[in-house]
Amino acid sequence: MPGRPDYLALRELTKTFAHRHGTHHAVDGVSLEVAEGEFVSLLGPSGSGKTTTLMMIAGFVAPSAGAIVVDDRSIADVPPHRRNIGVVFQSYALFPKMTVAANVGFPLRMRGVSRARVKEQVTRLLTLVGLEAYADRRPAQLSGGQQQRVALARALVFDPGLLLLDEPMSALDRKLREQLQLEVRRIQRTLNVTTLYVTHDQDEAMLLSDRVAIMDGGRVQQLGTPREVYTAPANRFVAQFLGETNVVPATVVAGDAGSPRATVAGGLVGFAARRATRAGERVELFVRPEQVTLAAAGERALAGRVAQALYLGDTTRYRVRLGDGTLVTAAVANRSDAPRFAAEQQVSLDWEAASARVLD
Amino acid sequence: MTRGRLATPLLVAPALAFLAVVLFYPLARTVEQSFTDPTTGLENYRHLFASGVYVRVLLTTLLVSGLVTGICLLLGYPLAYTAATRGGGVRALVLAAVMIPFWTSLLVRTYAWQVILGREGPIASLLDAVGVAAPQLLYNRIGAVVGMVYVMLPFMVLSLYAVMRDVDPSLLRAARSLGAPAGRAFRHVYLPQTLPGVTGGVLLVFVISIGFYVTPALLGGRKEVFIAELIQMNVTETVQWGFASALGVVLLLVTLALLAAYDRLLGAESMFAAGRREGRA
Ligand SMILES: Nc1ncnc2c1ncn2[C@@H]1O[C@H](COP(=O)(O)OP(=O)(O)OP(=O)(O)O)[C@@H](O)[C@H]1O
Ligand SMILES: [Mg+2]
Repeated sequence: MPGRPDYLALRELTKTFAHRHGTHHAVDGVSLEVAEGEFVSLLGPSGSGKTTTLMMIAGFVAPSAGAIVVDDRSIADVPPHRRNIGVVFQSYALFPKMTVAANVGFPLRMRGVSRARVKEQVTRLLTLVGLEAYADRRPAQLSGGQQQRVALARALVFDPGLLLLDEPMSALDRKLREQLQLEVRRIQRTLNVTTLYVTHDQDEAMLLSDRVAIMDGGRVQQLGTPREVYTAPANRFVAQFLGETNVVPATVVAGDAGSPRATVAGGLVGFAARRATRAGERVELFVRPEQVTLAAAGERALAGRVAQALYLGDTTRYRVRLGDGTLVTAAVANRSDAPRFAAEQQVSLDWEAASARVLD
Repeated sequence: MTRGRLATPLLVAPALAFLAVVLFYPLARTVEQSFTDPTTGLENYRHLFASGVYVRVLLTTLLVSGLVTGICLLLGYPLAYTAATRGGGVRALVLAAVMIPFWTSLLVRTYAWQVILGREGPIASLLDAVGVAAPQLLYNRIGAVVGMVYVMLPFMVLSLYAVMRDVDPSLLRAARSLGAPAGRAFRHVYLPQTLPGVTGGVLLVFVISIGFYVTPALLGGRKEVFIAELIQMNVTETVQWGFASALGVVLLLVTLALLAAYDRLLGAESMFAAGRREGRA
């Protein structure tokens, strides 16, 4: 059963910090709605305002303007300890002097839950994260991944209305991270808790999230499913931040709405524009490397020469220099029937019109 | 391996030699003298304990030192907390306020308090102005305690600050988000983390206070005599080296006994655990 679509709503949320030289908008008018049970990631480069946004929701940073609404109630005046929001911090913030069980039981003890019930709930959560055997250890006696799972159990044991995680995987190595990502996803699904997840790892955001909010300069640049933000980036920033993209200078030949076309280095290619373009206008086309089709010379619209061929196992990345000097990267899957090209070989390439975009 | 086993004693040798010359030898001489000067036997100690004066001075020393330590902790904890948790400007201000007196001559600071607490001083004038009879602030316990707290506060603040600086600030936030009101978050999470600093600061302030001489002498007057003053008197005025030594030995033993009790109460580790970090990822 899908929950209400605006369980968590941020409305024009803004945080301004005073600086020696004026003010700085760490978060600049962020509006966002998260549905009940949904998993949304805030993805953006360092300093884009992700943590500040999360800390405002948790109640540790006072917003300069805007509103935070949970389940139709503004939580502006609710102190952090009564917001009923589970937070997993980047450092995990486990209490060093308490055992794992005491850490996980802490939120229940603060709520005056009976001893027997605390024990029962702690066991339930530790089982959920697979650490029931570690109840009597101290945080210092656990590995990073185990500490992270304890922090997660502690943030969930009191059935919070909202779960916030601030880069919970950043201290872990890659292998462990992948394993824990799947586990976080499973637990979040099991408990159906509305989740806001901060990360600057795009693979992580894609893998985990129902929707991703791409942030830059304190603003949400685009909000959409992982597929939407990757295949239909709203602007240059999103296109270049997510994955890899070719930026190809082109001149519009026919700007009609149906199937606009442009010349690139003497060849004619199609593209898709989010806005109207005029004939003769100089534009840049954004094309993902895996959308570029590479073929023998003469077969496709654009002619070029292979400058570099990098074999990466699953794909080969060809850097192709077009007639006007533009470099286009093509990622070709290494199927056994895939054509192979060598450096300095003459080739041709093009792409589906829908995969080449003119962006603002 | 062999090199390592050899290197360690070689490395500590200079330090041990230094300690032997400046600490162990004089200490042994002091203990010896207390039993031999002027006559061999327990005469010095018998004299010390027979007269109520010396025992009273010893008790005064311990009591005032305890009082000073307690007040330093009460004042120092919030100061150190502010310095450790606030941003650059506030931190710099607090630390500067605490440290600058630290760099000023002890004698100058003590005389300054004589002026401040004196009958014509600002406090007395202020009380006069509002029509309250100013109590005697100088040459009694109040004067001694005020002066000593002032001198010892930096030690307490720095001990606490060193530990507090290393407490992960997100611990308090975590506690709050998990449902703890500010007070309980502090008590259950922050306070236990800073106990090594409390233990270290208390020990440092107390032990240094016991040996105080200048400040109680100048601000405490005749009524608040510290044992260090008695020792000095016996050395320079009555020239009773043996008796002065006995006083020193008793002071040392009492201090060690208190430390042992403290250690028993709070665990051997906590005494020297200040600055040790625990359990961070
Ligand atoms: N307490 C503060 N005082 C002044 N400026 C701050 C404060 N906290 C954050 N900022 C500024 O606000 C901006 C956003 O910071 P924030 O920590 O939210 O970024 P972030 O997206 O979480 O980055 P990261 O990925 O590095 O964690 C940064 O430019 C930062 O310097
Ligand atoms: Mg951050």
